[in-house]
Amino acid sequence: MSNEIEAIKDPGLPAHVHREADTDPKAEKRAERQVAILFGISAVGTLLLIFSYVFIPQDLFIFVPVMGDQNAHQLGLGLGMAISLFFIGMGAIHWAKTLMPDTEVVAHRHEFRSPDNEREDFVKTVKERAGTVGMGRRSLIKKSLGAALGLSALSPLLLLRDLGPLPGKELEKTSWKTGTRLVTDPGDRPILASDLEVGAVAQVLPAVAEGSHRALSDIGKDAVLLIRLRPGDFQLTPEKLAMTHDGIIAFSKICSHMGCAVALYEQQTKHLLCPCHQSTFDVTRGAKVIFGPAARPLPQLDITVDAEGYLVARSAFSEPVGPSFWERNSQ
Amino acid sequence: MTNVEKKLGSVANYVDERTGAAAWMKKNLTKVFPDHWSFMLGEVCLYSFVILLLSGTFLTFWFDPSQREVTYEGSYAPLQGLKMSAAYASTLHISFEVRGGLLMRQIHHWAAIIFMAAIVGHLLRVFFTGAFRKPREFNWILGVGLLTLGIVEGFLGYSLPDDLLSGTGIRIAEAIIQALPVVGSYLAFFAFDGAFPGEAFIPRIFTVHVLLLPGAFLALITIHLMLVWYQKHTQFPGPGRTEKNVVGYPLMPTYMAKAGGFFFIVFGVIAFLSAVASINPIWLYGPYTPGQISAGSQPDWYMGWLDGLVRMAPPIETHAFGHTISWNILIPGLIVPGILFTGMALYPFIESWFTGDKREHHLLDRPRNAPNRTALGVMSLTFMMVSLINGGNDIIATHFDLTINQIMWGTRFGIFILPPIAFVITKRLCLSLQRADRDLVLHGTETGRLLRLPHGEFVEVHAPISPEKAWTLTSHEQLPALELTETDARGVRRPGAIKNKLRARMSKAHAVSVPKVSADDLKQIEHH
Amino acid sequence: MKRLSRYRRHKAAAPLLLVIALLAIGTTFSVASASVKQSSTTFARTAAIDEGKQIFLKGCSSCHGLNAEGGAVAPSLIGVGAASVDFQVGTGRMPMADMSTQAMRKKPVYDAEETAKLAAYVASLAPGPAVPEDAVLNYERDGSTAEGGELFRNNCAMCHNFAGQGGALTQGKYAPTLMGVEPKYIYEAMITGPQSMPVFSDKTITPAEKLSIIKWIKAAEAEPNLGGASLGRVGPVTEGLLGWVLGLGLLIGVAVWLATKAR
Repeated sequence: MSNEIEAIKDPGLPAHVHREADTDPKAEKRAERQVAILFGISAVGTLLLIFSYVFIPQDLFIFVPVMGDQNAHQLGLGLGMAISLFFIGMGAIHWAKTLMPDTEVVAHRHEFRSPDNEREDFVKTVKERAGTVGMGRRSLIKKSLGAALGLSALSPLLLLRDLGPLPGKELEKTSWKTGTRLVTDPGDRPILASDLEVGAVAQVLPAVAEGSHRALSDIGKDAVLLIRLRPGDFQLTPEKLAMTHDGIIAFSKICSHMGCAVALYEQQTKHLLCPCHQSTFDVTRGAKVIFGPAARPLPQLDITVDAEGYLVARSAFSEPVGPSFWERNSQ
Repeated sequence: MTNVEKKLGSVANYVDERTGAAAWMKKNLTKVFPDHWSFMLGEVCLYSFVILLLSGTFLTFWFDPSQREVTYEGSYAPLQGLKMSAAYASTLHISFEVRGGLLMRQIHHWAAIIFMAAIVGHLLRVFFTGAFRKPREFNWILGVGLLTLGIVEGFLGYSLPDDLLSGTGIRIAEAIIQALPVVGSYLAFFAFDGAFPGEAFIPRIFTVHVLLLPGAFLALITIHLMLVWYQKHTQFPGPGRTEKNVVGYPLMPTYMAKAGGFFFIVFGVIAFLSAVASINPIWLYGPYTPGQISAGSQPDWYMGWLDGLVRMAPPIETHAFGHTISWNILIPGLIVPGILFTGMALYPFIESWFTGDKREHHLLDRPRNAPNRTALGVMSLTFMMVSLINGGNDIIATHFDLTINQIMWGTRFGIFILPPIAFVITKRLCLSLQRADRDLVLHGTETGRLLRLPHGEFVEVHAPISPEKAWTLTSHEQLPALELTETDARGVRRPGAIKNKLRARMSKAHAVSVPKVSADDLKQIEHH
Repeated sequence: MKRLSRYRRHKAAAPLLLVIALLAIGTTFSVASASVKQSSTTFARTAAIDEGKQIFLKGCSSCHGLNAEGGAVAPSLIGVGAASVDFQVGTGRMPMADMSTQAMRKKPVYDAEETAKLAAYVASLAPGPAVPEDAVLNYERDGSTAEGGELFRNNCAMCHNFAGQGGALTQGKYAPTLMGVEPKYIYEAMITGPQSMPVFSDKTITPAEKLSIIKWIKAAEAEPNLGGASLGRVGPVTEGLLGWVLGLGLLIGVAVWLATKAR
């Protein structure tokens, strides 16, 4: 407490005020009844739960105002359970509030700090005991123990090594190779350049051999978005322009920021938006970032058509797709 | 004596004869707990944790934590025949074929939402009332640890069903791991057993979600509660309440009935939410594949602020010597949250450093009586709210006729501008409230009754407030600022002068207050 | 063209040309026969075009130009086809009420007949996608819900959200909700790419697949709320809000009651 003279004195704990139920037997009976009613409502809730479980078919729907069509089975189970539990609580609390002792009790607190002599004794004991171990003197033991403990921490680390393979160049590779056909996802149909009108988009994946399986890990790197613009719309460097085909441009669909699928293409503004963090890419300028947290354009896939006129990759991606990582050479 | 009483008596006898715990049991059964609604927030956390354990166990009976590809043949027609992971298919099975399964899933998820909300509410209560002060600093740190665990545990749970939304969440988590300098891609490959998404991640996080983290939770919660028990609960100031006592109801029976009843209340409210409001309708999201995405992909609210920070980050990456460092991920995803959480955990020590107050505190502060701390709390809260708003910017944009670009720019500036403004406003508000308290003690309450004085002047009659109220309003102490001089007695600059200057400045800011009513003030009033 | 001519002597060229020619004839014939069914005589069609032109001159030309060649604020309509007109005018998006970022769905200004005449006029300017006939739009028969769902999540969910509730685009533009939109308009939107929306070509998403998408959308629309109130089907944002407001709110309410002394 501060040492200034308190202007106002602590009047002390106010006198206990009796509740109605403490003084009036009628009120007591009433409170008792109220508690019983609350418990009774809970029992009704449980009955509703049992009824819903046994008798309401799972495919029955009823209309509830505000909420719309509701599954009666689920609603009955849930409400039954809610009522059953909630009113046990209400009953117990009402019981405690109205009928159990409500006189405020004062318990004393003691400072946690022990008396000084005990503290001194304690510190002395700790020092003494530590002295008998001789940590200070036996530096050889101390050092070797330290080294042993440190080294032993390596074993769990080492044992976790087989959690997965080393990344190697895996993050930099995709399934796209020279001549890989672009096929629709889903559907796996090859695409003719003429299949796409100006303003059209298509979600594509690299063609795989008939019957072979695409792992999600592959889709996670291979997914590509195909967009057709008027060739005149592009403002690209000659190299990037050469990677397009007749107004068709292909970008990795995996965001260069955190790997979400970037596929919100706005046909009028020719912007691509990532729904996760709102990075916006300008398709006409080679998916240059014009807004949001992404720091790099989406990698562009070099495309052309094969002998049958189907769109194919002219080469693999020239840079890793997806989010950045330490080993990524972005120069 | 009724039969029940007799029986309980013999149970008590039985227990003591085998444990000799009579004295200890008696002491603890009559332990006193102060009553205040805000003290129940911590209980909401505890009870929703129990509900999470119960409903989670139910879910594990059917959930198949595997990313093995299966063809869905269950009863939900719009997904029939599609390829999906066993995890997703079994979650659909729980939702549609197991009776009450959907309810349990929703109870589990709603309980998680309530759990996290209550943790934050509890944390705010403890912060704003200064309950973290000595001797409770360690319990505060445990609390920050529990909050952190809760965020991780919640995120893992949200990820388990392997639907399109949760897969997107994992994708982003993977990108954060991958962005770590030097070790990032290694850690990512170890965690995912190869390239994202692989087939190992969900089984692995399942074990962490149902075994490791609940275990850690149980251990931390146990220590947290044992400390509360041992140190006794704090109490609000009031007549008869001092640093040396605790005023409230005994554990047996009143508090036991209230707290026990409240468990059922929490369970009941969560069951009610689960009955009337759909949560995480994974069947609508569809199975995860990295090529798909939904508009408005969001994390659960307790991760929303993090997502908001990531969204507003500037597009900065460093490319040098053949390596890439993604500041746009590291700063919002790791560095800022790291600073925030470390600062939060250390705050009790920081405050006692600049107040120089090393005494025990068991009486709570009214938030207005610690203007600096309250302002700091509101400032942090504003920071979180701004980030959280940006985390839902797409939903807010469509519902409030704004553009995501406006919200993004608004929050990019707002995150720097609004928290300090909130600080200043809150501090002034606290001081005004202190002034109002002072006026109330000095002049009493306005009665609304007008009195005409003999010379024609109208005055309003003020009724003096009760001594109890007056005591409540004035019992807090007002510590003066530390007097720290830059130089010692001989005029030589002390070592660590900058540190001292900072400490003195913070101490001064913390001590700003409206002087509470003193004996002199009262005397003057009487002379009027 | 140069690139094409390189393939002139390709061994697949002749059969390919033949197939294309046959397809072209077939399509022309079917389009012709279809349009014959629509309006019995050429005369009636010409009349419709003329009337359409009159409506156009009155209601549309101030922005789109006297010959639909486009202007400073509005695109050219040459080659957009009847489907485009039917979609834009039929859903009330055109004529635009004001120059907002995006034309909104509202009560149509023109009735079905006027819309058809306008469509006929615009279609007469240059070939473009035609209005799909009711017989084509039998999604209940020709679509598959599950396949449609997969296509939807691949091609539509990124803008229109996982349940077709719509979502935000850049600079205040938005993808509208698909709930309650007539199948015809959904189909027309896919083939014409109105406003921000790109075109989904018939080759990359076949007409049958488009019907599957529509079938899925209709299934999502009709799907009752399986787990309680839907909260808008917009994901965790509304869930978090409800958890705080209703969940924690109720609990705090009970806690306040619990901590007050009984009378």
